[in-house]
Amino acid sequence: MNAEPNTEIGVQVENLNAWFGKTQALQDISMNVAAKHATAIIGPSGCGKSTFVRCLNRMHETVRDARVTGRVRIGELDVYNGTPAVYVRRHVGMVFQKANPFPTMSIYDNVAAGLRLNGFSDRHKLDEIVENSLKMAVLWDEIKGDLRKKSGASLSGGQQQRLCIARALAVEPQVLLMDEPCSALDPISSGKIEDLIFQLKEHYTIVIVTHNMQQAARVAEYTGFFLLGRLIEFDKTEKIFTKPSEKRTEDYITGRFG
Amino acid sequence: MRTRFQQALDELRQRLLLMGGLAEQAVDRACRAYTERDLTICHMVLEGETQINAAEREIDELAFDLLAMQQPMAVDLRFIMAVIKINSDLERVGDQAVNITERVMDLVEMPAEELPVDIPRMATAVGAMVRRALESFIEGKAELAMAVLEMDNVIDRMRDEAFIMLVKTMNERPQATRQALDALLVTRNLERVADHATNIAEDVIFWVRGADVRHNAIPETTAPAKK
Repeated sequence: MNAEPNTEIGVQVENLNAWFGKTQALQDISMNVAAKHATAIIGPSGCGKSTFVRCLNRMHETVRDARVTGRVRIGELDVYNGTPAVYVRRHVGMVFQKANPFPTMSIYDNVAAGLRLNGFSDRHKLDEIVENSLKMAVLWDEIKGDLRKKSGASLSGGQQQRLCIARALAVEPQVLLMDEPCSALDPISSGKIEDLIFQLKEHYTIVIVTHNMQQAARVAEYTGFFLLGRLIEFDKTEKIFTKPSEKRTEDYITGRFG
Repeated sequence: MRTRFQQALDELRQRLLLMGGLAEQAVDRACRAYTERDLTICHMVLEGETQINAAEREIDELAFDLLAMQQPMAVDLRFIMAVIKINSDLERVGDQAVNITERVMDLVEMPAEELPVDIPRMATAVGAMVRRALESFIEGKAELAMAVLEMDNVIDRMRDEAFIMLVKTMNERPQATRQALDALLVTRNLERVADHATNIAEDVIFWVRGADVRHNAIPETTAPAKK
C-alpha cells in the first residue's frame, strides 16, 4: 500500500535499486511517502533501511563504488535526474544516529552553518532563523542564554540531537530524514525527540529509520518493513503493528526472527 | 525468537485453559444440581467460584505484566487481548453457574412440579458451546470458533420457547409459578453462558485472523495465518 489517494505525496520512489560494489542492498523499491506525515522504516540489521533513506538525499553515492538506479521525486525535484546533490540535500535534511554538532562552533554557529554555506549573510534575518529553528527543535528555552558562549559539543546527548535537528531545519527542507535518532538517547531525551517529531510533521515530511518498534508505532502514521533489501509491506502503522498482511512482517515484529 | 516471552505466553495459555476447565465444570455441576435437586453439588459450585475468581485475578496480572514488560505486537498482542477478554467471560460463566445453583437452592425448598421445559437438553447444548469455544482457543482455529457463533441462535430459540411455555404454565397452574420462575431464570442464565461462549469464539477469531466479527461486523481485513 502507498499513501492514501487523498494524501499529498511527499516523496515518490519508483523502482529504486542500490548497490555497494557488486552487492545489491536495495531491490526494486517503490513507495509513496505521504507529505507532512511521519513514515517509519523498520527491519532487521542489514535489511537496507538506512541505505534507503540515504538514497533519498543522495548520501548513498558518497560511499565508494556505491550505485543507484530508479527514480526519487520530492515534489518537483527529481533527485537523480540532473539535480546537483548539494541542492538535493538542501531540500532533504538528515539527522543521524549519533548527534554530530560541529564541535568547535558555538550553538548559534552550528544552526547557522548550513545557511552560511549557502551564502546567506543577512545577520538580522539569520538571528531570526536560528531562533525559530531552535524553537522548533524545542531547544531554545534551554540554551538561549548560551547561544554564542557554549559550543554545540558542550550540550547533553539529547540536546545535541535537537541541535542537529535545528541545524537541519534552518535551511527549510521539505523532507527530514532521521536515521535512528534516539538510539543513543535515554528515555527522557527520546521522549522529547518523539514529541518534536509530532510537532515537526505538521510542516515537514519525515522518514524515520528505527529499530525501536514501539517508537515507530508511537510517532509514525505509516510504516514500511524492509527485509533483505526488499520492501515487504508498507501500510498504516496501526495495521502493521496489529494485523499485518504479510507473515514475514508479523514474524519480525513479534520477535520470531531478526 | 524471544524464548522467555514465548514461554510466558504458553503459561498464560495454560492458565486460561485451567480457568476454562473450572468454568465449564461449574456450569456442568450447576445443571446437574438442578436436575438432581442436589444441595451438595450446589456447595461444590459455590466453592469452585472462589477458585475461578482467584484464577481470573492471576491471569489478568500475568497478562498485564506481559503487556507492560514485553510490549507485544500483532498476533501476540491480539492473543493477550483475547486472553484478557476470554478470562472475563469465563469468570462471568462461573457467575452464571452460581446463579443457577441459587435457583436450585430455592427450588429444593418447594414441592417438585412437572414443567414443560427441557433444561438438561439446553444445558447439554450450552455445555457443548463452551467446550467448542475453548477447543477453538486450544487449537487456535477460527473455523471451530465460527461454528460456535452459529450455535448461539439455537440456544436463543430454546430460551424463547421455554419462556412461552413457562409463562403459559404460570397462567394455567398458579401454584407452580415460583418453580416456573426459577426454571425461567435458569434458562436465562444458560442463555447468558451461551453468550459468553459466543464472546470467547469472537475473541478467538480476532486473535487468529485479526478480524473483529462482533455484532455481526464484516471484517475489514485479515491478518496472516497464525501458524
